[in-house]
Amino acid sequence: MGSQLRVYKRRIRSVTATKKITKAMEMIAASRIIKAQRQVAASTPYASELTRAVTAVATGSTTRHPLTTEAERPTRAAMLLITSDRGLAGGYTSNVIKAAEQLTERLDGQGKEVVSFVVGRKGVGYYGFRNRPIAQSWTGFTDAPTYADAKEVSAALIDAFTTETAEGGVDELYIVYTEFLSMLTQTPVDRRLLPLSLEGGADEPESTGKGELLPLYEFEPSADGVLDALLPRYVESRVYNALLQAAASKHAATRRAMKSATDNAEELIKSLTRLANAARQADITQEISEIVGGVEALAGAAAGSD
Amino acid sequence: MAELHVELVAADRKVWSGEATIVVARTSSGDIGIMPGHQPLLGVLESGPVTIRGVDGGTVVAAVHGGFLSFADDNLSILAEIAELADEIDIERAERALGRAKSETDAAAERRAEVRLRAAAGASR
Repeated sequence: MGSQLRVYKRRIRSVTATKKITKAMEMIAASRIIKAQRQVAASTPYASELTRAVTAVATGSTTRHPLTTEAERPTRAAMLLITSDRGLAGGYTSNVIKAAEQLTERLDGQGKEVVSFVVGRKGVGYYGFRNRPIAQSWTGFTDAPTYADAKEVSAALIDAFTTETAEGGVDELYIVYTEFLSMLTQTPVDRRLLPLSLEGGADEPESTGKGELLPLYEFEPSADGVLDALLPRYVESRVYNALLQAAASKHAATRRAMKSATDNAEELIKSLTRLANAARQADITQEISEIVGGVEALAGAAAGSD
Repeated sequence: MAELHVELVAADRKVWSGEATIVVARTSSGDIGIMPGHQPLLGVLESGPVTIRGVDGGTVVAAVHGGFLSFADDNLSILAEIAELADEIDIERAERALGRAKSETDAAAERRAEVRLRAAAGASR
């Protein structure tokens, strides 16, 4: 019975050690959410001013720009999937991949071939395991993305978009990421980035008021020139925003997963302690009865010899 | 005196905001000065210093790399991928970067370093 008690003690020790680790990870993730949220907030003025300006140019000018023009018969679509580099985040990765799969299916149903661009090691692993082709992938910055990272990703996307479809380019550009709604709610979403639909820019809560009349702008150097410079910036800023939100969501998911891991460990320690106590009691009871039995046997033997 | 509200925003933060009497920036077709009451304008910015003359007579100079400005209703937004105020610029570092860019003949980096130095010099003048 003594060995039983030792086994319980050892398990309690190991679960306690694990609990310490998950608790630490939970706290780290919690502090990172705040940081990531602050970054999202810091990038908001730029994004909203940009959306405003793009809307102004797109509505105020009659120019047709390749980035705003719908292809007559779109046959290929690019999808940017944003996942994380690391796991231990509960359903975070599988949820966003599920959203990507749904989008792929939907586009397939519309007769469009999907070209996948993937951010994050988890997504790359998923596609690699299934031997699915990836046009390009980026890893290593999902925890704290910078604008330069977003620029790099967008450059590849815009490049694919401006290439003729026959030469391997795409007609549409979608982005799949996890939207950070609150500390408790993060939902995977898919958005169409290009071609730009005018109301598409207005789905952001921080964009211009709907009824606001946009002034008649003078363009410097020209409406075309401004659009040329604006639209890539717009894509970059949207990708940057998506990367930041995905990072914040990932940290939130990690925090939640680690919190439930810590709770489970506590639960486990509690029940193991009870079992250990019972085993100890059983040991003591057994020892007492052994002693009593021994005394009685001795007394019986002594009485017999008298 | 009439004044205009200026927001200088970089991709990842708000750099400066406040009231100004005139703002001078470099667009792709030359330097442009914007005063209150200017016609609504959307312009593409070149890499270069942006000079903001505040209402209190002080001058703010910032180095801006790529971006654009939009002006309407006496509100001016200057959006730049990278924007630095002159007093944030580390002159020594910019000079080192300039030397390095020259030796590596990296035209873009050289231009960036030059703009930084010019903005820093413009502020201390």
